[in-house]
Amino acid sequence: MTSGPSTDPRASAPGTETPTRRNTELALLGFAVLITLAAQSIVDLTVTGSLRAELAGFGAWFAAIWAVLHLVVRTLAPYADPLLLPAVALLSGLGLTMIHRLDLADEQVEGASGGDAPVQLLWATVGAGLFIAVLVVLRDHRLLARFAYTLALIGLVLLALPAVLPASISEVYGAKIWIRVAGFSIQPGEFAKICLIVFFASYLVDKRDVLALASRRVMGLEIPRARDLGPVLVAWALSILVLVFERDLGSSLLLFGIFVVMLYVATERSSWLLIGLGLFAAGAFLAYQLFGHVRVRVDTWLDPFAYRDEGGYQLVQSLFGLGTGGLFGAGLGGGRPDQVPVAKSDFIAAALGEELGLFGLVALIVVYLILVERGLRTSLIVRDAFGKLLAGGLAFAVAWQLFVVLGGVTGLLPLTGLTTPFVAYGGSSLVANFGLVAILVRISDAARRPAAPPAPPKQAIGEAPTEVVTP
Amino acid sequence: MTAEIVLQVFRFGFLLLLWLFIFAAFRVVRADLFGGRAGRVASVPPRAAAPGKKRGRGPRTLVVTAGPLSGTKITLGEQPILIGRADDSTLVLTDDFASSRHARLTNRGGQWYVEDLGSTNGTYLDQQRVQGPLLVAPGQPIRIGQTALELR
Repeated sequence: MTSGPSTDPRASAPGTETPTRRNTELALLGFAVLITLAAQSIVDLTVTGSLRAELAGFGAWFAAIWAVLHLVVRTLAPYADPLLLPAVALLSGLGLTMIHRLDLADEQVEGASGGDAPVQLLWATVGAGLFIAVLVVLRDHRLLARFAYTLALIGLVLLALPAVLPASISEVYGAKIWIRVAGFSIQPGEFAKICLIVFFASYLVDKRDVLALASRRVMGLEIPRARDLGPVLVAWALSILVLVFERDLGSSLLLFGIFVVMLYVATERSSWLLIGLGLFAAGAFLAYQLFGHVRVRVDTWLDPFAYRDEGGYQLVQSLFGLGTGGLFGAGLGGGRPDQVPVAKSDFIAAALGEELGLFGLVALIVVYLILVERGLRTSLIVRDAFGKLLAGGLAFAVAWQLFVVLGGVTGLLPLTGLTTPFVAYGGSSLVANFGLVAILVRISDAARRPAAPPAPPKQAIGEAPTEVVTP
Repeated sequence: MTAEIVLQVFRFGFLLLLWLFIFAAFRVVRADLFGGRAGRVASVPPRAAAPGKKRGRGPRTLVVTAGPLSGTKITLGEQPILIGRADDSTLVLTDDFASSRHARLTNRGGQWYVEDLGSTNGTYLDQQRVQGPLLVAPGQPIRIGQTALELR
């Protein structure tokens, strides 16, 4: 850890208040809400020529969500990072705007009414509820470590559930990752992701010494013992199983990537990254040879235009959209983002790229970057090893998911069907990610909270022996 | 339909608004990294006022008070002090319970902070295990394996 005194809350001179920066957060939240309302107005004015009446209701509701969350953070996590919440507010605001804009396009083309934006706003409210619940229940993030194995079990059950349910309940567009009950569809994998990250963090904190130290040096690389490869092989097998039984490339890639990177963060051994890459290459090769759906994805990725009438249609439309957008975009409401199939969920980044252009899309990525940077920063300054790994893992999960999604949309990676966190249409993803940010807020509060004033020196120095680590 | 010129204003105005948000967020990041206005009030005056007065009062030597190296003294300067079994450490320990790069003492504006460098058996300030950088007061014992050190 290299943070100097000025960034380290503990080092602040005695007698000075550590700023909580809550007012900064409030100002930025206000700014994010303002941008969202501006975006909504621009969409309405461009598409229909007038402001719709619902905008006032939407604005009030949206602003109320963030006002309430801000007050909750102010009381329950006063030292939390001031940028986490505004970044999330802006991302979900932009997402809601784009979904509303696509609703308008649907209305014009098909005469459909209602739309998905109000539903998404409802899901955002549910997500805010989860955020509050996490902050209320979880007063200390270290509590999570105690339930690590329980959470691992829950995570695995959530992950496996769609695979064992009948296809009529769990299958949408060929991927068996849903649970559809009574009109609601839930993607349990999004919640499983968080549970498993908590488990990974707790497990690796326990085991990192043996994973980091027991190794042989071969050609300048620390090669771990064969039996220590167990956990990474289990994670690998798990990802393969997800791929086989749920035909979901995205979750599989997401989980394996998160595990390998957390292993690297815990042990500081780059050999784990190489082993991970090797296993990934082997898995990818196997999957390509054995599974038709993976081969289709890879083939359309390599040459989308050759398959433009079949599997490549989505990607080709997305590329055309991004190309039409150019540097500055077509303006909100000025493009035809509805030309991309499922633009609201999987391809919302393409829709944003078309209407906001490269400058807008990069701005979106930078906002994610801020979110991730704050998470990693939290990981650097928090005092306990579990908190470090957990915050690092959660932040990396957001970054990795965004990379895989944007890679898919822009043709850099094969399409995966992961959602753009906070922006894309989809209840479970939004709610789960609100939970994820709540945990980050909780850890960052612990990280930035000034330490209790140093205890007065104890009378006896004490001859207590230093702790000896038993293997 | 809204006039074309208005649409163009919307188009570029909105991008500008987005980047203004990022600019504002970066200002917060910067304030966090370099102290910012709120932090500067807290952190700079002691540092600025320190050199003249504090140098005289601050700790001058690092003394080993227990263990095989007992009695060793190191004069403190501006440079950080690396403690461990590795040969290039400032204080080379011959202690089975010490790691090769065990701990580091750093000078920040006349005050010394101890940091554990991921050692196996830990560094203790008084009886507290050092997790992140901790401010060391003169006379406060730092324990590494069988060795105890203090600032004087």
